[in-house]
Parts: sequence; structure tokens; C-alpha cells
Amino acid sequence: MYSMFEIAAFVIVLAAVPVLYRLLVGPFVFNRIMAVNVLGTKTVVIVILVGFVYGRPDIFLDIAVVYALINFIAVLAFLRYVETGRLDR
Amino acid sequence: MEIEIRTIITGIFVAMGIFLLIVASIGVVRLPDFYSRMHAAGKADTMGQTLILVGLIIYAGFSLVSIKLIIIMGLIYIINPTATHFLAKAAYVRGVKPWTKGESGVEIDTCYDELCYIKPDREAAATREEKLGG
Repeated sequence: MYSMFEIAAFVIVLAAVPVLYRLLVGPFVFNRIMAVNVLGTKTVVIVILVGFVYGRPDIFLDIAVVYALINFIAVLAFLRYVETGRLDR
Repeated sequence: MEIEIRTIITGIFVAMGIFLLIVASIGVVRLPDFYSRMHAAGKADTMGQTLILVGLIIYAGFSLVSIKLIIIMGLIYIINPTATHFLAKAAYVRGVKPWTKGESGVEIDTCYDELCYIKPDREAAATREEKLGG
């Protein structure tokens, strides 16, 4: 049968799908940025669980750390452009 | 397959974390206002991830994997609320109005700014408020 971590990863993928509604509908840009942030943080958890499924948690944890940092900086860069009209101040 | 005690404890923590992640996802879809959705997305998401990672730390025992998991747990604990705060600040500066009890559909999720390409229609808003009872 399936192990515990496989079921957990599958359920988290199912929980990440309704956020796409906010990505498509959500009036104006702020709801969409929030939906992208939520999808990014759920992806970090899914990557770690997949690492434990395949028996090699070391390499997948490094990938998860890098993706968490990339997601954070991407959201901050988008917001800096939306709040003021420019990226350098 | 023999069931050890650490598998049971890990399963309990992972189940609680998954429950919080499902609640966060439902909250992002169903709540009425942008700032309410920020509460659901920021807080419940972070706490669900923390519980899942605590369960995985118990599963892995004393090794390098646990130290890396503690590092990523600390990072996520600092990163998610910071991104939430910055998102709320940008929305407030741009003019997204919060939702108060008793209003139905008047100025929810709108921002009157050249970013959103909506011009404020003061007369239509005034007639709507008159119709709703004021």
C-alpha cells in the first residue's frame, strides 16, 4: 500500500488547487500575488515530503530551502513595483 | 510491517498540519475581504507547515537531516509573516478598503488608483448608499 508520506503529499496537492480560483477571479493584482505566495509555500512542503518518500531527504531539503528563498524575494520584488512605480527606490 | 511508536507520533503531527493547510486553502477562497484572506493565508499556512516539519524532525531522529529541517523551519517562520505584512502594507497604500459589517457589496476589493484603472464614481456610490439605507 501507499506509505504515509505519499498520502500526505497527495492531500496537500488537492488542498493547493482551490487557490487557483483566487488566481483567476480575484479582482486586481493583490489577490493574485497572495495566491502565488500560497502556492509557493505549499510547494516547499510538497518537495520535502517527496524527499522522504524516495528515501533521500538530504538533496530535497536543499532544493526546498532554495525555493523558499526564491519565492520570498519574488513576492517582495513584485510588491515593490506595485507599491511605488519603480524598482530601485 | 511493524508499526513503531515514532511512526504513530509523526503521523499525528502530519495529520494536524495537513488539516491546517486545508483550512487555509478554504479560507483563501471563501472569506469576503482581502485583509481577511491575508489572515488565513499567512497564519494558518505557517502553522501547518511548522507542525508538519516538527513531525518530520521526530521521524528523522538525531542526524544532519534534523538540523536542516530546523533551519528551514526557522526560515519559514520568519519569511511568511514578513511577506504577509508587506502585502498588506502595499494594499493599504494603494487604497484597498476593508470591509465593515452591514455593507453589502459597496467598495469591497476595489482600489481607486491609476494602477487599477478605475475612476471613482462618487455619484453612483452616493446613490447606492442612499438605496441601502445609509
